[in-house]
Amino acid sequence: MEGTAVHGRLSWHVAKVVDRRTETETARTLVLDVPGWPGHEAGQHVDVRLRAADGYTAVRSYSIASAPNGERVEITIELMLDGEVSPYLVETISLGSPLEILGPIGGWFIWTPDQTEPAQLIAGGSGIVPLMAMIRTRKNAASPAPFRLIYSVRSPNDIYYAEELRQLEVEASGVGVTFNYTRVAPPQWPSTPQRIGPSLIKATAFASSQNPIAYVCGPTGFVEVASRLLTQAGYDASRVRTERFGPTGTPDSRDDAAVGGAGALPADSR
Amino acid sequence: MDETPLTTPGFVGKRRRDSGALPPGQYLTKDFPVLSAGPTPSILLSAWEFSVVAENGATRTWSWSQFRELPSEGITTDIHCVTRWSKLGTHWEGVSIDTLLRDVETSAGFAMAHSYGGYSTNVPLADLRSGKAWIAFRFDGKDLEPEHGGPARLLVPHLYFWKSAKWVRGLSLLPQDEPGFWEQRGYNMYGDPWREQRYTGD
Repeated sequence: MEGTAVHGRLSWHVAKVVDRRTETETARTLVLDVPGWPGHEAGQHVDVRLRAADGYTAVRSYSIASAPNGERVEITIELMLDGEVSPYLVETISLGSPLEILGPIGGWFIWTPDQTEPAQLIAGGSGIVPLMAMIRTRKNAASPAPFRLIYSVRSPNDIYYAEELRQLEVEASGVGVTFNYTRVAPPQWPSTPQRIGPSLIKATAFASSQNPIAYVCGPTGFVEVASRLLTQAGYDASRVRTERFGPTGTPDSRDDAAVGGAGALPADSR
Repeated sequence: MDETPLTTPGFVGKRRRDSGALPPGQYLTKDFPVLSAGPTPSILLSAWEFSVVAENGATRTWSWSQFRELPSEGITTDIHCVTRWSKLGTHWEGVSIDTLLRDVETSAGFAMAHSYGGYSTNVPLADLRSGKAWIAFRFDGKDLEPEHGGPARLLVPHLYFWKSAKWVRGLSLLPQDEPGFWEQRGYNMYGDPWREQRYTGD
């Protein structure tokens, strides 16, 4: 299963921007048409390469937001004010523009429809992107695997894919969605804004006795906390998969460079 | 490398890259990003061990105190992550792999580094010898933090940094090259940043 996601040598594709969607004030989804795209699995990412007229290039990684769908690939990009690539992708790029992408990359932080065990998803901020690909892939495959998502954001205005997540609850989709607000909660929210903690995990995550697999994605500090909460709740560490982005301890100052507008890159030590 | 260099309309770029010192496709960071496949393991020094297992099964094992009695050295080096950040002039302290292999008889050509938590990565043995690799336990004058691989990590700075396995617990010496964790999942068997060997077959 995992490990089969990438075969042979990856190649650069020239994609075309066929649609743009506004997710939040600072995040956009780009819908790309990628001739020759080999397909992908939920959780994988792409490298995007921009090239200036004098040949200077900048490459960044972005998680894929969409389920496999032929030659269509969607990425969601969070604007980093001092970034180099995200301002171009969020603000400058226009419909019909060409964009070079390499991928799909990554064979660990993936979910495939042959998985039937409960999947606990935990997202911090833009870390929702690869997890949304998993939720969408589950739906397209009509998978019965139980999913629960804990999505921590600063405020209601920072929620990506808000309408689609609300629909999941309305439809009794088999995907439980819990929001956590760290700075500003919506009116009538039962608790004050807070970081995720043991009580939230206990109240809303799958119990370890259900032998769940977990996917945690977000800024480094968030992932450290969330993955520790899961192991403290009895989750088997080998079944907690993580993707981290941003410099140590300073998620707010992360550059788009670091990986994901979008929690892309898997890995350590890397 | 590119058949059809494509100019991105309207992209200028910031050219933050100090291209002289950096391998192709890398940018400079002053931070020290953390990337791991799973939770950060907590490892008690009293339970920590490091082993070298030769291809015939002969094993040498060091406890933490035995390991720390070995001669160590300061290392100043650039590091390059496959996720495209590079950090220049980092300071480490570690025990040279040459020291750990001194009494090990082997004709193996390759090694697999194994970590607490289950991570593994493959490196040709020649790339670990001759003062090119260490088991590092201090960074910037302080004990290596768990999220950066503490108590000890492999340090092979001339290869992409995923080869510098965090939370390392041993080396298996192998007659043939075998893929480790990321190498089975689309990343390059060797990982030379100067040849931009990021992914399988690069």
